[in-house]
Amino acid sequence: MPLDPSFIGRTYPPTEPYEVGREKIREFAAAIGDANPAYTDTEAAKAFGHPDVIAPPTFPFMLSFRAAAQVVNDPELGLDYSRVVHGDQKFVYARPVRAGDRLSVTISIDAIKSLAGNDVLTVRGEVDDAGGEHVVTSIMTLVARAAEAGEE
Amino acid sequence: MTVTVRFDEVQVGTELPAQSFPVTRATLVQYAGASGDFNPIHWNEKFALEVGLPDVIAHGMFTMAEAARVVTDWVGDPGAVVEYGVRFTKPVVVPNDGVGATVEVTGKVAALLEDNRVRVDLVATSAGQKVLGMARAVVRLG
Repeated sequence: MPLDPSFIGRTYPPTEPYEVGREKIREFAAAIGDANPAYTDTEAAKAFGHPDVIAPPTFPFMLSFRAAAQVVNDPELGLDYSRVVHGDQKFVYARPVRAGDRLSVTISIDAIKSLAGNDVLTVRGEVDDAGGEHVVTSIMTLVARAAEAGEE
Repeated sequence: MTVTVRFDEVQVGTELPAQSFPVTRATLVQYAGASGDFNPIHWNEKFALEVGLPDVIAHGMFTMAEAARVVTDWVGDPGAVVEYGVRFTKPVVVPNDGVGATVEVTGKVAALLEDNRVRVDLVATSAGQKVLGMARAVVRLG
């Protein structure tokens, strides 16, 4: 059964703040093999004009995806997570994520479409810091693939 | 913000230095740990085959992160990236043969925008297949 389009526009409560740690950024940068000193060296980050080390551009996905669990696990929506794949991902930055940021994510459902039996959800996460300043918007498309005939 | 590339030095068609990024099973385990994405399709061959994949595949977000490095290495300051989006078109298949896979990334300036910003279009391939679609970053130059 296709997902209920009345969920379009639904906004979930902001997540508990996530404190961005210097060592977490270092660990993430190492995992993607990125030696850019802006991620690990405060002086290098300051030379670029940042108050502290910054996180790689895809780092905030960790937060926005965790927050999107509110949508994925919403029993009223009834998404079959075992069939969900990540279709696309976009970040729009007001400023880079920095060590020491306390970030909360407010998730909204922007669109629900049914394409060839697949449910396609556009989920937007607004990531704000503790002062309420906007940091980054994470927009992701989640595709719940159609169940194969005879499977249901 | 200080970036090494100046807006007036680039034009539409300016190519960014291409890079290739190796991906092994160990890379994926490390990325799983750092990102918290422990989906077994990224480390468990038996599970990947059971769900119809050809083998273990890289996290889409890992591939996206590697492609971004062509842009951030070019500008120096990763904070110069103001927008970045991709579509996950094909998975990067990572065999357990000690060699793994390679993600090849090229990029070029596709548009000059206001406020010293440019749009860079990226092409990421692995084993001859395009693995990202519509991979675009907007960066603010000096």
